Amino acid sequence: MAKTEAKPQMKYDLDKYQVKKTNKVARVFIYIGLIVWALIDLFPIYWMFTFSLKSNDEVYGMNVMGLPKHWLWSNYTRALTTGNMPLYFLNSIIVTVAAIAISLVAAMMATYAMTRIVWKGRNLMNSFFMLGLTIPIHASIVPIFITLSKLHMVNSYLSLILPYAAFSLPMAILICTGFMNDIPHELDEAACIDGCGLWKTFFYVIIPLMKPALSTITIYSFLQCWNELMFANVFISKDSLKTLPVGIQALSGQHTTDWGPIGAALVIATFPTLIAYVFLSKKIQESFIAGAVKG
Amino acid sequence: MKGKLYKRFTVVLFLLPAIVLFVSVLVAPIIMSGYYSFFDLRSISTEGMEFCGVENYKELFTSGSISFWKALGNSMILAALSVFIQLPLSLGLALMLGKGIKGERIFLSIYFLPVLISTVVIGQLWLKIYNPDYGILNSVLANLGFKDVMPAGGWLGNKSSALWCVFIPTLWQYVGYHMLLMYAGVRSVSPELREAAKLDGATDSQVDRYIVIPTIKPIIKVSVIFAVTGSLKSFDLIYVLTNGGPFHATEVPSTLMINMLFLRNRYGMGSTIAILLIVLSFFFAILISIAFKERDIYGKNRSEAADEV
Repeated sequence: MAKTEAKPQMKYDLDKYQVKKTNKVARVFIYIGLIVWALIDLFPIYWMFTFSLKSNDEVYGMNVMGLPKHWLWSNYTRALTTGNMPLYFLNSIIVTVAAIAISLVAAMMATYAMTRIVWKGRNLMNSFFMLGLTIPIHASIVPIFITLSKLHMVNSYLSLILPYAAFSLPMAILICTGFMNDIPHELDEAACIDGCGLWKTFFYVIIPLMKPALSTITIYSFLQCWNELMFANVFISKDSLKTLPVGIQALSGQHTTDWGPIGAALVIATFPTLIAYVFLSKKIQESFIAGAVKG
Repeated sequence: MKGKLYKRFTVVLFLLPAIVLFVSVLVAPIIMSGYYSFFDLRSISTEGMEFCGVENYKELFTSGSISFWKALGNSMILAALSVFIQLPLSLGLALMLGKGIKGERIFLSIYFLPVLISTVVIGQLWLKIYNPDYGILNSVLANLGFKDVMPAGGWLGNKSSALWCVFIPTLWQYVGYHMLLMYAGVRSVSPELREAAKLDGATDSQVDRYIVIPTIKPIIKVSVIFAVTGSLKSFDLIYVLTNGGPFHATEVPSTLMINMLFLRNRYGMGSTIAILLIVLSFFFAILISIAFKERDIYGKNRSEAADEV
């Protein structure tokens, strides 16, 4: 990264006053490079899809890389029936949706208080929340685990929902702040003149204008919560409460030699995000950019 | 006066949910971690736990069986690999994409795809890829003419290859993420600036070097911070692939912490590792910010120079 230290030495030369075009050969190399990386990205995913539909005979030598000769959909029924995949799926949805909802509400309210209402120490408050962006979340696992055990709250949805909501909070506030600063203050003033208090301004002026922020935060937090493994692994031991990441781990322990059903389970777990990505790729990419760049 | 009270009440009420959540799940537990790290806590019952001063820290730094230094070294190696292999690769892809290529959006979407897949899924998938008997890696290598290149014990089972094999899926997954951030930066460079430089006879690579890269320095900084702190925090993938094995070859602080807690019931020691993780994360975040602050000035000078030429 630190290689470009030499200062540019460009002489002003009238004879050279013409636009240089991108070299044709270079362009070909660029395409080759881009396509090679695209293939590297896609091949493992393609392979996952194929072996989820193959029998062990095909996986173990007859047909390692090609498309399955016999499309074995029964792998999917086995993945769905032997473990508790549908239940894990449902648990993941419950936990993720609840965590996102809580962090959204908390973040919106806090951001409103910190950006639209003038009071001493609001910047300090904001920095306080931003500390959460650097802190590794696992650092709090011991005391949370001990406290939850004492309260007999391990093995409950709440033991995952609250931590997930808290960990999504700093990023949610960060993104909210970015979006809320873009809303002109004149709107607040106009609302005030029309007789709105702080509360009405929040509910009738700010919230309707924050819709883009909501979807950005939802996308960002969704992936964080949906994929979280450490807390889910430690706090949940009851099978009926396991989330997808933990469930897949358990399932692959049961099917170590049977690749088809594991592949099917992996595909099932990936499917919702893939479908969402197909329809929302631009919005999802923008959310990730907003999450990183606004910091 | 009534208005002021109303304002105060509103501020407090609006901040309340966020503060309660943040303090109870993040701030208070971390303070508690700091507290527990001075105790010899070996069960979840905290009554009668023994104060042991800095014994935990001492043991962690000196004990050979805990191998904290090995874990820290491994995460430093992973961080270095990310910064010096992953980020240049992402930057290269972003620069290539930023040139106005046909199918830009398709490439972008493909590169970003792995970021969205759960790490557990990716871990399980790569377990299959690395599988010593039927894995696709061996088949691909065999087709390319490399037979029997797999190290003894399997890709993930061999002490010297395991760390690399853990790094490669990370690389595979996150190149797209850093590429996306950098691409957004590359796109934000104004076309006039590019045109002006080209009019002055700059080649494509000179434009990249003297205009685009200095402009996206702040984004590169964010990427470096994410890559380094991400390596310090890395857990999911290593837990799925090797759980720190073989013989601590892929141990990182967070796998060490989890094993301390739930295999050896050493909650005090686990807290000690947690505290060190926090300290290290902040240390590196600040270090990187300082390192880039100086560069920013150069970067500015350079882009201004390119502007004037």
